[in-house]
Amino acid sequence: MQNLDSKIPAGPLAEKWSRHKAAIRVVSPANKRKLEIIVVGTGLGGASAAASLAELGYNVKAFCYQDSPRRAHSIAAQGGINAAKNYQNDNDSIYRLFYDTVKGGDYRAREANVYRLAEVSPNIIDQCVAQGVPFAREYGGLLDNRSFGGVLVSRTFYARGQTGQQLLLGAYQALNRQIAKGNVKMYTRHEMLDVVIIDGKARGIIARDMITGQIKRFGAHAVVVATGGYGNVFFLSTNAMGSNGSAAWQCYKKGAMFANPCFVQIHPTCIPVHGDQQSKLTLMSESLRNDGRVWVPKKIEDAQKLREGKIGPNDIAEEDRDFYLERRYPSYGNLVPRDVASRAAKERCDAGYGVNSEGKAVYLDFKYAIDRLGRNVIEERYGNLFQMYEKITDQDPYKVPMQIYPAIHYTMGGIWVDYNLMTTVPGLYSIGEANFSDHGANRLGASALMQGLADGYFILPYTIGDYLAGEIMTPKTDINAPEFVEAEKNVTQRIEKLFHIKGAKTVDYYHKKLGNIMWNFVGMSRNEKGLKQAIAKIRELRDEFWKNVKVPGELNNLNPELEKAGRLADFFDIGELIALDALDRNESCGGHFREESVTEDGEALRNDEKYTYVSVWEHQGEGKEPVLHKEPLIYENIKLSQRSYK
Amino acid sequence: MADKILKKLNIEVWRQNNAKSKGKFETYTIENISTGTSFLEMLDILNNDLIEKGIDPIAFDHDCREGICGTCSLYINGRPHGPDSAVTTCQLHMRKFKEGETITIEPWRAKAFPVIKDLVVNRSAFEQILQAGGFVSVNTGGVPDGNAILISHEDAEEAMDAASCIGCGACVAACKNSSAMLFVSAKVSHLAKLPQGRVEAKRRARNMVAKMDELGFGGCTNTQACEAECPKSISISNIARLNREYLAARFSE
Repeated sequence: MQNLDSKIPAGPLAEKWSRHKAAIRVVSPANKRKLEIIVVGTGLGGASAAASLAELGYNVKAFCYQDSPRRAHSIAAQGGINAAKNYQNDNDSIYRLFYDTVKGGDYRAREANVYRLAEVSPNIIDQCVAQGVPFAREYGGLLDNRSFGGVLVSRTFYARGQTGQQLLLGAYQALNRQIAKGNVKMYTRHEMLDVVIIDGKARGIIARDMITGQIKRFGAHAVVVATGGYGNVFFLSTNAMGSNGSAAWQCYKKGAMFANPCFVQIHPTCIPVHGDQQSKLTLMSESLRNDGRVWVPKKIEDAQKLREGKIGPNDIAEEDRDFYLERRYPSYGNLVPRDVASRAAKERCDAGYGVNSEGKAVYLDFKYAIDRLGRNVIEERYGNLFQMYEKITDQDPYKVPMQIYPAIHYTMGGIWVDYNLMTTVPGLYSIGEANFSDHGANRLGASALMQGLADGYFILPYTIGDYLAGEIMTPKTDINAPEFVEAEKNVTQRIEKLFHIKGAKTVDYYHKKLGNIMWNFVGMSRNEKGLKQAIAKIRELRDEFWKNVKVPGELNNLNPELEKAGRLADFFDIGELIALDALDRNESCGGHFREESVTEDGEALRNDEKYTYVSVWEHQGEGKEPVLHKEPLIYENIKLSQRSYK
Repeated sequence: MADKILKKLNIEVWRQNNAKSKGKFETYTIENISTGTSFLEMLDILNNDLIEKGIDPIAFDHDCREGICGTCSLYINGRPHGPDSAVTTCQLHMRKFKEGETITIEPWRAKAFPVIKDLVVNRSAFEQILQAGGFVSVNTGGVPDGNAILISHEDAEEAMDAASCIGCGACVAACKNSSAMLFVSAKVSHLAKLPQGRVEAKRRARNMVAKMDELGFGGCTNTQACEAECPKSISISNIARLNREYLAARFSE
């Protein structure tokens, strides 16, 4: 077994990060110029890291599969970014953000990592403002805030419903500045297909030039994987079509352990699935729950009439509406965390109160906010989201309540990293959604942006120096080393194998089938029998895929089907690991809900005695069962309690 | 609204195997498409049909499918992003088309955006323009408190209007001169409206315009086609601001 030392520094919680920074090594400017770092992925984590490392003087090579770093899926984050600024004088603090995040994550995250995240959060806002991010402002010129789920203060900074876009453009601008200076060499339309390890250390990657099909070798002194989450294993999700888990999965296959794969976030407010021609689900920002009220009819006969289209939502009298979140959770109301809101919607729909033709939708109603604040205010706050909703559904949310339903959104699980964000492979780092570190079993809204930028701007640039200080005498990596030759050969063979199957079914056919298995058995509600079935079904489907998939086109040309096939091949393996992990964890916590572990009133029931650990999976080779290691979670500052939002 | 089924559509589409080969239009038919289906989902379905028939599927750029990443770039029935206003191609839905209609799909046409394959074009010229000056020169760390810089609500909103550009290139595709003025002016305006960006506003305008000219984009003749087709409704008043910034920069040389 490899070393699972989390390297959490000693000392009081509030001093751990300062003490650690004082203790770790620093690389001199002259030596930084000799060192090369590869950053894969250019979302908030990757772009901020690549820019910051280049500013420090390192030679950076950055990679993205898109045609521009600006198109990474961080761009689609809508609602906002949390920071413990306490600008609103509502008694927010670093400790409160830390506490909310640990509680929101259902006590399955590391205290020290979360505290550090809260500690650097104010710096992120300052950095973004300096870059020219146009955050919303009050009339006096100060920064504005709003509230998000799972908290009682207003600490979310935002730029309309396009916060992710504006933050990513800020990081992208910083990255562009370094590209222009020659400190970053940018490789767009390049997909990482393997990580290369020499003498136990990460020394480079193999990537495919997506335009020419050429397989290329890239060397470095350290590799940073910032490639986001694996939510697309479910086929339908709010992820971009190209979002995938392959880079992370190659790291896993090369010895980086994978943590908490079953912790997947299902976002409560997405536009419901309709028909079977859909390829993608669209999120409606959580910020809408600041002003929208969630309801279904009280009477089951009203729900029936709604489903048949005989009446509309505005025909249902006020007293016949069940504002079930306000009813069940009076103190947090519509702003309960995502996992709680998602399960409550599913509970009502399963009980027969769903409002669309498929019975799988609830209302998010703005009538009350429009009456209270006026249409102008709502338009200014959410105008672009309302427009997006109308374009997709052909309904006007200013007049008719939105229909929403939960959908796969984010993966809290990911590559295991220590306090330095290094994986179990020396020199291989993982940041942002790709790692597992900060959100436990459920991520709070507006915290993904915070984590990506915290890792990239303020954590990795310090911690990577501690490792690289030991590499200053290491010469430039030789990409003709046998390990590179071998890795390139394996990548080429796998691509050729997929391409030459020449079966009968398309990649999409298999992806949809995998998505169905995942959603039905490994989705919002899981049980032992279903998970075992899912594992068997995934294995069966994977075998069929490798015999019968049809990849058209050419190997040495732009070939989106070939790209998709490679990603799907990994999704089968990831799906299997999610199910194995979900089977092991016989407790309900955060986004992971086991039907065997429920309180009397139907809430998720944790089992702290047995499961207060991070599940860390180690690959054993193709076709072999992975081994589960457990990193105990030690709470020195927070007392574990049953999470309540009532 | 209840979705209807479009029983048959003809899809006339530009096919070009790579940057060097000669392209041509091919026509395919597609059946039973729901009006609630998005345009790109329709292309997914068509591609799966083509693959099953042994025909190379149509390459097109797309990613987020929610109108924000700026990847999708189709010229549909003579209009960038097709026959709807203020949307990207991925937000366009089939309810905008009629039963039996022939839909023509082309790539962005501009000298600065060469075709890579079928409907996929190379927009790296936009990257180069932004690298020439579309940023504020600050390193990570050592910056003042976010509230130390006061910005009026109106200025923040105007900056945000300009900053909502998604870099898709529809403005260039819509313009008879293939001008990139709307794109360049959006970034120049976004940063010029904010005190953080004012410091190097002149240098930015000068460098970005010089790079734009160098890369083969045409000049602006005020046809306003860019604004009309912009999926984010970026206003041409930004072009006026760019001209002011640029002139001020030139006179101060």
